Amino acid sequence: MLEMNGISKIYRTDLIETHALRNFSLKVGDGEFVAVTGPSGSGKTTFMNVAGLLESFDTGSYKLDGADVSRLSDEQRSRLRNEKIGFIFQSFNLIPDLDIYDNVDVPLRYRRLAAKDRDQRIKSALEVVGLSSRMHHMPSQLSGGQQQRAAIARALAGDPRFLLADEPTGNVDSLMARQVMDLLEQINEMGTTIIMVTHDPELARRAHRNVHIVDGQISDFRPYEPRAEIEAAAVAHGPAPMTMTPA
Amino acid sequence: MFGYYLKLASRNLRRNPGLTALMIGAVALGIAVCVMTLTMYRALSGNPIWWKNDVLYAVTMDFWDPTEEYFDSKPGVPPWQLTYRDALAVFASDIPKRKVIMHKAVGTLSLEDRQARPERVTTRVTTTDFFGAFDVPFQYGGTWAPSADTGPEPVMVISRAMNEKYFGGRNSVGERIRWNDNEFRIVGVRDHWMPLPSFYDVNNGSLEEPEDVYIPFGWNAALEIYSAGNTQGWKAEEINSYRDFLNSENIWIQMWVELPDENARRRFQDFLDNYAQEQKQAGRYGRPLNNRLTPVDQWLVDNDVVGNDDRVLVGLAFAFLAVCLLNTVGLLLAKFLNGAAMTGVRRALGASRRQVFMQHLVEVGVVSSIGAALGLALGGLMLMGLRALYTVDPTDQGGTQALAQVDMTSVATALALAFVATIAAGLYPAWRIGRIPPATYLKAQ
Repeated sequence: MLEMNGISKIYRTDLIETHALRNFSLKVGDGEFVAVTGPSGSGKTTFMNVAGLLESFDTGSYKLDGADVSRLSDEQRSRLRNEKIGFIFQSFNLIPDLDIYDNVDVPLRYRRLAAKDRDQRIKSALEVVGLSSRMHHMPSQLSGGQQQRAAIARALAGDPRFLLADEPTGNVDSLMARQVMDLLEQINEMGTTIIMVTHDPELARRAHRNVHIVDGQISDFRPYEPRAEIEAAAVAHGPAPMTMTPA
Repeated sequence: MFGYYLKLASRNLRRNPGLTALMIGAVALGIAVCVMTLTMYRALSGNPIWWKNDVLYAVTMDFWDPTEEYFDSKPGVPPWQLTYRDALAVFASDIPKRKVIMHKAVGTLSLEDRQARPERVTTRVTTTDFFGAFDVPFQYGGTWAPSADTGPEPVMVISRAMNEKYFGGRNSVGERIRWNDNEFRIVGVRDHWMPLPSFYDVNNGSLEEPEDVYIPFGWNAALEIYSAGNTQGWKAEEINSYRDFLNSENIWIQMWVELPDENARRRFQDFLDNYAQEQKQAGRYGRPLNNRLTPVDQWLVDNDVVGNDDRVLVGLAFAFLAVCLLNTVGLLLAKFLNGAAMTGVRRALGASRRQVFMQHLVEVGVVSSIGAALGLALGGLMLMGLRALYTVDPTDQGGTQALAQVDMTSVATALALAFVATIAAGLYPAWRIGRIPPATYLKAQ
């Protein structure tokens, strides 16, 4: 799904160079749920931005779903981002002027889908996150947890191959955090690959594996276990909670 | 996508009504000033009878003071009017297809039965070819016969406005009407006609409206009519009677001829030169031969119908529009950068730079469209204000009233220019916002 080899990213000013990623290599398979952890300033967000095609990199190679993205034009990167990647942000990043329905509509607009198709996708995504009854509410009328679920619906509506979640529970209380996490697990169960940046060790433990970044490099990671092995382990140790609680 | 961009533009503009009003106001003000100035300039500068530029000529002869130039600033350019006797002498030529000698006068119009109040009216004392040479349209009837010019016959053409005032707009051909207490018979009613500038007589300014009444030239001597324009002389002459005045060196008659081709023009030029040569030999003139046949385009330039001040004014108006647009660029840039975080989100969700650019360009387009429409309305109001400012006498039918007639070509030019300029001005802010790396604002947001 995602394969980075020897990626480096340097931020330059007149005075200093900051090596955000150094010879960074990572492979994420289809259907994986990977948690990315690390101290502040370690390069987690830069990794997410590079992985999400929001930033370019200086050296190395990056293949997304088998395609080399290092030489793509802005138009091609944008299309790839729109069709294959879903973003979930810590601060939700819903557009305050648009109601929830129109917020979920945004990525579909850029894909130029027909109105009927968009409508179906929006309603379906909102149903998955349990916000069908709130589709015409403005973001400011929703709680933090509801807003994050709306943002997840927006990410899901485009039916992406993988989700990039940057501290998805960072701005919600612990109860809502569990609900959001449950939802992410459910989405992953449906086959969507998820990469999640988090500071929370408890949440990180719920992923298939953890990638720990320090100074722009992976310092420690658990090897990828195929889903069959995870399920076998789950049977052995008891099922993980996978329930979804609508607001 | 255009509809979607339009919807987004509408939302964005409503989000900051104060800022939006400021941007639209700046564009509207700049456009209004340009519309007003361009309308004035076009009214003053165009050749209103361009299709006759190759055949219609003003006749001028330099019989002025041998020791002084007529135009200090334009040495060699002859006076724009002729003496009465020179005008009559040249008028005798049969070379021109049409020939007009004329001047402006003022008279009192009244009806025999006193149904309407007597009214002072502007009058053109002219020859029958006036209407054909200047393509003057008729509502009813037509011009008088050539014999009426010298007869003189008591015939008259009145304007459509006078016809409506005295005869309720009906066909008044054949009706009797009095001018300075002399009875005339109406032979024609002039239709709407408003050549701007009023090129055929620049004595009273180039914004004069055409006269209300037209009578044959021969009535000058019979009724002792003086000019209501400029009468100028250079020679100390004893003038004790109207006959003395007609024979004096005073210039007050305008002359125009229509010469259908180059051959006719050359022959008429020779005729003028021969006439002037004769007069010189008779000891009348002390200046070198300088007789001119001036086409309308050149005539407008020679007589400073479009002065440098007018051009400077147009330049200033466009400079003002540029300042307004520059302010709008600044405001747009601030507005777009203020919304950069949301642009970052859109980029993350799949919007390309081009799509972000187009979205913002549509927003600029909405601002410029509304600004242009408001500017047009404001420009119209300014023109009305200008008209009110200059019109002292409410019954005045001439002069600056013409400014109120907004020329649609000027308006279209100013609008198109302003729209294109505003879009061009919005290109940079729209481009700039598209270039911002999306990741820059996502974390901050």
